[in-house]
Amino acid sequence: MNRLLNKCLIFLQGFLLLNIIWYLAFAIMRTTVIPSPITIYQNFGTVFASQIFIHILFSLKRIGAGLALSLAVGVPVGILMAYSENANKILYPLIYFSYPIPKTALLPVAMMLWGMRDGSKVAIIFLIVVFQVIVSARDSVRNIDPSVYLVTVSAGASRAQIIRHITLPAILPELLTSVRVSLGTAVSILFFVEGYGTKYGMGYYILDAWSRIDYIDMYIGIVVISIVGFALFVAIDLLSGLLCRWSTPLK
Amino acid sequence: MLVIENLSVSYRTKKGRVPVIDGLSLQMEQGEVLAVLGPSGCGKSTLINVLAGMLPIDSGSADFVTENGRQPLNPKTHKIGVIPQNCGLLPWKTVRDNCLLPLKLRREPITEEREREISDIYEALDVSQLLQRYPAQLSGGQVQRAALARAFVFHPDLLLMDEPFSALDAITRQDARELFLRIWNRNRPTTVLVTHSIEEALYLGNTVVVMGTSHGEIQYRMKNPYFGNSNPESVDYLAAKRTLHEKLKPDDERRGWIEQTAE
Repeated sequence: MNRLLNKCLIFLQGFLLLNIIWYLAFAIMRTTVIPSPITIYQNFGTVFASQIFIHILFSLKRIGAGLALSLAVGVPVGILMAYSENANKILYPLIYFSYPIPKTALLPVAMMLWGMRDGSKVAIIFLIVVFQVIVSARDSVRNIDPSVYLVTVSAGASRAQIIRHITLPAILPELLTSVRVSLGTAVSILFFVEGYGTKYGMGYYILDAWSRIDYIDMYIGIVVISIVGFALFVAIDLLSGLLCRWSTPLK
Repeated sequence: MLVIENLSVSYRTKKGRVPVIDGLSLQMEQGEVLAVLGPSGCGKSTLINVLAGMLPIDSGSADFVTENGRQPLNPKTHKIGVIPQNCGLLPWKTVRDNCLLPLKLRREPITEEREREISDIYEALDVSQLLQRYPAQLSGGQVQRAALARAFVFHPDLLLMDEPFSALDAITRQDARELFLRIWNRNRPTTVLVTHSIEEALYLGNTVVVMGTSHGEIQYRMKNPYFGNSNPESVDYLAAKRTLHEKLKPDDERRGWIEQTAE
């Protein structure tokens, strides 16, 4: 609970600081492109009228699908690469080579293959997240202390039991850390992939307001997408604290 | 009874196979603690790994003989408990879950009688208060006791211990050894104890063997009359100690260093 309070405090502090900078920028630059944060928050009530929750829901659905797909593919591949020398020999160069390729450049291809709707959006999020998941799963499996296998194998554990009782719990903390980082990327990608083929999503909301030159609405969208991103970040953090209590010594 | 005949084991490296144990033969009785002494790199840890089913056997055999006949040692058919040097508790499981995991893996039902026996073991090893804790929340001595609890809750046919007390400080170590003997005496599982401390071998082993520097041959074997005697004062004891010391000697500089760090 203390942890949660601490998080809230950090959040508030950061929130205030950011708004002060924003206000200063508004006061100094005096341009319509940067409205006063006060105006934005005064108009914040209108977002509920503009069905912002539906937009959030659509965005979360896309992120969730991309993330689930990344985990479903990335975790088994990472574990396979850690345990099988041959699989690693074949897959590692591929991963190493394609990791730095900007996946957003593949958007035209994804669009043609999976259409303008959610297919290509999820595909792009998947492509961005899956590599981090593979690499972090592989590396954390390799870091498992061999004595843990010794006691479990000697007790008669099958392969499936080893995966369930050793591999998966051992990689969970690092996996959640990498998911947390890649979720941030996924949220920022929304802006990009929700610019086409949809009328819902936080990215669409911002782009739409922008094209209508409705700067107040645009800023509201920016604030909302930031809060959602932050909430996801905190949620994973709390989840990791809950599931990985074992990794922190008792104080 | 554990019968090891002409056992050969090697590690596979990029350059090929490196033999670690070559033609080891060894027999031990049911309910015996065999203390294995040997210099670093002589293959004693490898022996533990082979018996635990972690390393494949190149040639020869390691068989377990019971009233029901002779069977190759295998973690699927035999219950093998291991206490490695760092105790090998799973960090993501509580002490209780660690202790019960071997039973769960083999789908052994926990009867009421078994349950009573298990809490007896917890009580005897003084871990009852620690059952909800994770290994990271324990002290060195507590981790040690939890690992002993896990091994004995399992009721192993064969118990393998690889320098289990070496990470403890001198006082805790002596306590842990005494505790081990006390709990061991309840069911007397056949035990292989690898150690580099002569005192420990003479205290905890019915039989003491010394492995040579290379390929794991047995250099010396003695029945130990001082088993369970923590502080024998007879002249013979000192003589036995000296003999073991001699047997361990060949490359003596390193040996002296090991003794110092061990005791």
